[in-house]
Amino acid sequence: MTDQDKKVDNQDNIVFQVRDLAKIYKMGEVEVHALRGANLELFSRELIVLLGPSGSGKSTLLNILGGLDTATSGFVSYLGKELTNAGEKELTEYRRFHVGFVFQFYNLIPSLTALENVAVVTEIARNPMKPEDALALVGLTDRLDHFPAQLSGGEQQRVAIARAISKNPEVMLCDEPTGALDSQTGVVVLEALERVNRELGTATAIITHNVDIAAMADRVIHLSNGRIAEVAVNKIRKSPHDIQW
Amino acid sequence: MKGQVFAITLVIISGVATFIMFIATMHSLDRTRSSFYIDYNFADVFVNLKRAPESLKEKIKEVPGVNRVETRVSAYVKLDISGFSEPVTGHIISIPDDGQPLLNRLYIRKGRLADPAKDNEVVINETFAHAHGFNLGDQFAAIINGKWKKLTITGIALSPEFVLVMRPYAMSPDFKRYGILWMSRKAISRAYNMEGAFNDVALTLYPGAKLSDVLREIDNIVDRYGGFGAYARNDQISHRLLNEEFRMLRNMSKIFPTIFIFVAAFLLNVVMSRTINTQREQIAALKAFGYDNFTIGMHYAKLVILIIAAGLILGIAAGIWLSKILGGIYMEVYRFPSLAFILKPWVIIAAIIISIASALIGTLHSLWLAAKQPPAEAMRPEPPAKFKVTLIEKTGIGRLLTQPSRIIVRNIERKPVRTSLSIIGIAVACATMIASGFFKDSVDYMVNVQFILSQKEDMAVAFTDQTSYKAIYELKELEGVHHVETFRTVPVRLKFGLASYKTVINGIEPDSRLHPLLDTNLKPVPLPQEGIILNDYLGELLGVKAGDMLTVETLEGSRTTRQVPVVALVKLYLGVMGYMDISALNRLMKEGDAISGAYLTADSRYQEELYRKFVDMPRVSGTIVRKNEIRNFYDVQAKGMLFFTFIATIMACSIAIGVVYNNARIALSERSRELSSLRVLGYTRGEISYILLGELALIVLTAIPLGFAIGYWLCAYIAGALVSDLFRVPLIIEMKTFALSAAVVLAAASLSGLIVRHKLDHLDLVEVLKTRE
Repeated sequence: MTDQDKKVDNQDNIVFQVRDLAKIYKMGEVEVHALRGANLELFSRELIVLLGPSGSGKSTLLNILGGLDTATSGFVSYLGKELTNAGEKELTEYRRFHVGFVFQFYNLIPSLTALENVAVVTEIARNPMKPEDALALVGLTDRLDHFPAQLSGGEQQRVAIARAISKNPEVMLCDEPTGALDSQTGVVVLEALERVNRELGTATAIITHNVDIAAMADRVIHLSNGRIAEVAVNKIRKSPHDIQW
Repeated sequence: MKGQVFAITLVIISGVATFIMFIATMHSLDRTRSSFYIDYNFADVFVNLKRAPESLKEKIKEVPGVNRVETRVSAYVKLDISGFSEPVTGHIISIPDDGQPLLNRLYIRKGRLADPAKDNEVVINETFAHAHGFNLGDQFAAIINGKWKKLTITGIALSPEFVLVMRPYAMSPDFKRYGILWMSRKAISRAYNMEGAFNDVALTLYPGAKLSDVLREIDNIVDRYGGFGAYARNDQISHRLLNEEFRMLRNMSKIFPTIFIFVAAFLLNVVMSRTINTQREQIAALKAFGYDNFTIGMHYAKLVILIIAAGLILGIAAGIWLSKILGGIYMEVYRFPSLAFILKPWVIIAAIIISIASALIGTLHSLWLAAKQPPAEAMRPEPPAKFKVTLIEKTGIGRLLTQPSRIIVRNIERKPVRTSLSIIGIAVACATMIASGFFKDSVDYMVNVQFILSQKEDMAVAFTDQTSYKAIYELKELEGVHHVETFRTVPVRLKFGLASYKTVINGIEPDSRLHPLLDTNLKPVPLPQEGIILNDYLGELLGVKAGDMLTVETLEGSRTTRQVPVVALVKLYLGVMGYMDISALNRLMKEGDAISGAYLTADSRYQEELYRKFVDMPRVSGTIVRKNEIRNFYDVQAKGMLFFTFIATIMACSIAIGVVYNNARIALSERSRELSSLRVLGYTRGEISYILLGELALIVLTAIPLGFAIGYWLCAYIAGALVSDLFRVPLIIEMKTFALSAAVVLAAASLSGLIVRHKLDHLDLVEVLKTRE
């Protein structure tokens, strides 16, 4: 199957469609053009990596895809529904039922155990998995009752991944998931992400500035200066296990 | 931090203002009183007697320790004021024919002294003039020695002897129905056939004179002239009640500022520890550059001082302003020529030192924590806060909790000290509010017990002298009179050991229908056939208990001294008196069936007519109408009570808002990251508000019942601090007072909650994800 075939085949499986997306921030009196007309698709079951230097617009793109931020102009649709004109209430609902997030600094609730941090999401989701199962997927079965303060950075991030997948989301958005971790721990976290994508088929977008990680993606999107500079397709996805940095 | 600093400033203002207000008012009144006493020669000793020749004055002067002596003629008269049908009593006191008295000189506010050549001129006291709207040249009539006489007002005056004008043994001052009249000695002597004689003496003592010896000597001298017992300033009504008022102010100046200092220290502690915590990296950087702990500590100490400086300045200004208002309220009841406003420098210095010290003590702990941390450690991000499964969850309830509820419970349990202090702080606000309502509740109750349940007569009629029991037949025959009961009042000096107290014994009819003696349980106290019943306050003053033998020195008639057994001490709210069965009292006096007056009920249609008849009856010296007494009691108390309620409400609100708002803001700043994370995960605004405001609500709801308990205790303390000769405040708190205080706290909490909710709605989700804790 050629790339072209794959794309056509996936026409009906488009999760995100992004057209001419622009975002202008006002920082005091200065206008910052974070995105200047980005165009992109994300397909179901796909794992993409967004690469680019600081200020290239990758986080802004991810935040708009995740319903955390709104665009200045352009168009984003999710499963055929337009996100760009959604209100606060719809965005909350969208995040609640469809998107799993993983962040650089984990963002766990310090007063809840690993299991409870996952339960925070499963309690409000429509079709969640059991929190224990989600934690098992990331290999934390023996850490269920530990509080964040009792977990290592890698373990905390895996709890965050378990939390993100536990709602059975259509899409996972990960912003520098290994940014605060050493390479060994980072690999464990990436393995967890890769496994979820592979076993559950969750479309996954990972932001990183670490070029080595790009090898595990189906496609690698290079951002530069608020635009998509290049889209590269990996013929073979590398296992995170084989990645080193 | 703007809102929080504002809330703290509010609390400091309240604390400093009340401190300054109470103490400055006390000092101002004290200074005003002493200079009035000195400038207008307030006497040290007073004595009333039946009649003595002027020559006796020299003998009194010879008593060792006596400095200046002035004899006077005084009498109680009925007044007849056109347009005012109710009974009014006047106390006439002579002034020398050659001008101002030697002692107890008059401050003439308006007009001039009475002309000795004229027998119809009077100077009247200011409160009486104001109560009736009298001005110079106005006229009213007095029944002087049985003769109706028209008097013209030539002056309106104040006297150190009558700073507070109150009818002897009355329950509260009544400016409308009791007035002081100063007339020339010549005029009054002629009217009472007292030429060359006197019945009233005022004198001053040399410094170092032994008071008890002087009183005894004087009693010996005036004894055979019908002396009623010499007494010193401390037993003089106006002076004594002023002393009581000063004592109350002193007590109040301790209670309220203490509460505020505690709250302010706590709030500063919470805010500063949070501030220092968020700035730990800057502190570490400064230390890395070589700043020492002391310099860094000083930086934060300066910040604290800056925060309270505004509160101090505004608090001092507000205190001065409030003190002037409070002084004005006092001046309506206690009359001085003018109120000298005194703010002693030490009061301001004390306010500054106390607030700065409490603020620094409140922040010392967090300063120390910040200073002792090694720079490298402080520059690292803080690890996630340590939590554990709470006790509540271990009981099994945990399973039922949703995750957001679990967050609330664990946060509350994680900071037990701060949570407890917040609860106590809010409880104190609630308690302050209860204390403000308590004044009204207890006064209402006291009035109900004392004026309504235990005084069922419509009016009390007093005779000029003790009279035969037969006099009541005359009263019974008056048209409109339904029922008559007699009473006998004897002025006495009660002594037990070294303690003595000048008061009256009230002889009342056993099984009295109109004037039952009720104890605080509202049970009628049976009057024993022999012996005396004292109210417990008087018992405490004298140090007697039931079964003791009390020395009773009667100050009229045969002037005997007898030992009388104390049968019981009863709790009564008003007055300081002894009570006896009227027959037992008469046996003690060896006077047959004498009476001093009668209580009566009458048809309301005949009331006005009865007043008139009593004015015309020579034997009747005065009439007290019960419903007037009640109304007047409220009139006199009303302004002061309103002021205290106002102050207490403002204080309660400032504490409630200060504590709740600060709590909410700190919680928000500590947890905004966690709450934003939840928002990102798809929690709605309402759901994350539940976590923060739910915690707040839990704290407030726990605080309210505790506030009720503290409020009850605070009221008991205040009731104890307000005990005086005039009244003992009963500890009565109405349900509605509890309800109102809870409502005020809830309102303050809701307001703070709304502000925080507004901030929650505007959390910057993206920003929070970028930063590490």
